[in-house]
Amino acid sequence: MATEFPLPRVLTYPASAPPSLIAQGAEGRLYKTTHLHADRPCALKYRPPKPYRHPILDARLTKARIAAEAKVLDRCYREGVPVPVVYALDAAAGWLMIEWIEGIPVRQGINEWLGERPEDDAPPAEDLDETPIVDLMKRIGQAVGSLHRTGVIHGDLTTSNMMLRPRPQGSEPEADAKKKAVAGDVILIDFGLATQSSSDEDRAVDLYVLERAFASTHPRAERLFSHVLEAYKHSFKKAHSVLIKLEDVRMRGRKRSMLG
Amino acid sequence: MANDTATTGKKKRRIALGCEGSANKLGIGVIAHDVETGAATVLSNVRHTFVSPPGTGFLPKDTARHHRAFFVRVAKQALSDAGVRIADIDCICYTRGPGMGGPLTSVAVAARTLALLWGKELVGVNHCVGHIEMGRAITGAENPVVLYVSGGNTQVIAYAEQRYRIFGEALDIAVGNCLDRFARAFEISNDPAPGYNIEQLAKQGRVLVELPYAVKGMDCSFSGILTRAEELAAQVKRGQKGPEGELLTPADLCFSLQETVFAMLVEITERAMAHVGASQVLIVGGVGSNIRLQDMMGAMAAERGGSVYATDERFCIDNGIMIAHAGLLAYETGFRTPLEESTCTQRFRTDEVFVKWRK
Repeated sequence: MATEFPLPRVLTYPASAPPSLIAQGAEGRLYKTTHLHADRPCALKYRPPKPYRHPILDARLTKARIAAEAKVLDRCYREGVPVPVVYALDAAAGWLMIEWIEGIPVRQGINEWLGERPEDDAPPAEDLDETPIVDLMKRIGQAVGSLHRTGVIHGDLTTSNMMLRPRPQGSEPEADAKKKAVAGDVILIDFGLATQSSSDEDRAVDLYVLERAFASTHPRAERLFSHVLEAYKHSFKKAHSVLIKLEDVRMRGRKRSMLG
Repeated sequence: MANDTATTGKKKRRIALGCEGSANKLGIGVIAHDVETGAATVLSNVRHTFVSPPGTGFLPKDTARHHRAFFVRVAKQALSDAGVRIADIDCICYTRGPGMGGPLTSVAVAARTLALLWGKELVGVNHCVGHIEMGRAITGAENPVVLYVSGGNTQVIAYAEQRYRIFGEALDIAVGNCLDRFARAFEISNDPAPGYNIEQLAKQGRVLVELPYAVKGMDCSFSGILTRAEELAAQVKRGQKGPEGELLTPADLCFSLQETVFAMLVEITERAMAHVGASQVLIVGGVGSNIRLQDMMGAMAAERGGSVYATDERFCIDNGIMIAHAGLLAYETGFRTPLEESTCTQRFRTDEVFVKWRK
C-alpha cells in the first residue's frame, strides 16, 4: 500500500526499518516496521490528530486511548491471554508498538476451510472429518474465555480481529492445505475498543457481538459457533452465568425501542 | 395557479400536503413531484413553534394544545402560500411517529379530518425517514451516510437493501435533549431554539472544560455529560471557579459542551463511513443546523476525500414539507394508510420502514 500520509516521527528514525502501511481505519493507521533489531518485526498503531476536534480534546483522547490499549494488552499478556506483546509506546505522540503476529486472520482460515462448499449451511458430506474446524472453534472459545477471566472486554470481537499464528515447524505432522488453513494458535488483536470489566452483562455483550459478526461473516459455518460457546463455558469459573446472560442479550438484540 | 390537468387531460405533477407535529413544531407544507422526472418543488412550508419560557421544557399536554389551536391557521396559510386548490391535492401525509404522544395524536386527528373532509387518501410517514428524504432531495446527496441529530433522536444511518439501517445511536438521551436541558440550567432562551442560542453563546467561549466523553463503538451516551455540565453550571452560577481554578463563564461551558458532543458525533459518523466505505455525509435534524457541527463534519469528510451535505433551518428543523415529500414518495409506490389504521406511535424505528422508492 502506498504511504501517502505523513509518517509519525517515530517512523522517520533510521533505527526502524522502512515502514509499510498495512491498514487505514477510522481510528488510525497500522504500519509494519521493526523494533530494535532488523529481524524483529513489529506493528505500529498510530492515531493521527483529528483536525475536526479541539486540539486539547484531541490530545486528551489520543493519549488516553493509546495508554488504555497498552494497559489492557499488558494485563492480558501477564495473565497469559494470547495477545501481542507491547514493545514501546508514546501515548502523547499517539503511537503504540506491539509484536508482529505472523499468520492469517481467523476469518481467512475459516473461509479457506469452507472453500467451495454448497450454500445454505448444508450438512457436511458424510466422509468429511470436521475435527480441525471444530478444534479451531474450541481454541477461539478458550481464547475469549481467558480474556474474560482476566477482566478484559474486547469490545469488537470478530474473526478479523483474531489471528492464526502457525506453530513452529516440525511440531505437528504434515497436514493437507485445508487442515493447515485452520491450524495454529489463536491470537486476539486490535484492542482499540477494549475496556476492563468483570460483569456478566459486558462479557455477554462481547460474546453476542462475536456471534453476530460470525453469523454475518461465515453464514455457512454458523452452526459451528456452538463449539465456541461450549469451549468458553469450560474456560473459567463464571463462564456459565455469562452464557445464561447471553440468552437475555440475544432476546434484547441491539434494538432499543425508540422514544421520539 | 392553473389547473394541472386542464391542458393535457393528464396530470403533470402530484401534490401532497404534509402535517408534522411530533415535538414542539407544528409544520404544514405542500410539495409537488413532477410525474415524469420525479423532481420535487416546495410550494409552501409553514411552521409555528411552541416556545416555552426560559428554564423550562415543552410538556406534551401544552404542546398538544398548541398544535390543536394553531392547526387551522397554519394549514390555511400553507394552502394559500402554495396557491393550490384542494382538488389538486393527491394525498394528506402525516407523522405516524416517533415523537411525543399528545402532539402526535393532535396532528394525526387533524390530518384524518382533512382527509375525510376533502375525500383524500392518507399516508402515515416515519418522521426520521422524512428528514432523510428531504435532506437528500434538497442537497442532491446520492447515497450518503446520514447523521440524524435532533431533540429526540441521535442516529447514524446508512441505506442498504431498501432500509435505512441504524449503525449507531444514542444509548440514552438524544444530543439535542442534552443541549436543550443544559440551556435550562442557565435559563437560556428557547426562542427560536435553545440550541441556536447555545451556538451563539459558544462563539464567545475561550476555555475548554473537561467533560466526559462517551463513545462506545458506533454508539454514544449523553446523560453523563449533561449531569457534569449541569454541575459545572451550578458552580458558575454560584461564582465558583472551575476544576482547574480558572474563571468560567456560561459561554465557556456552552463552547465546551458543543466541542465535546460534536466531536463524539463526528467520530461515530466517521466510523460508520469507514465501515460502509462512504465518503458523503448528510446531516439532518434540528441540531444539524448548527454551523460548528457542519464545519467539524466537513473537516472530517474532507480528510476522507468526501464532503458534507447539510441544509438550513427551513428543512433541518422539523417541518411539514419533509413529511409531504417522504409521504408522496411512498404514495407513488402505491402505499396508503387506510383510515382505520391511521394511528400514531411514540416508538417507530427508522429501520422498520420498507423503502420501496429506492433501489
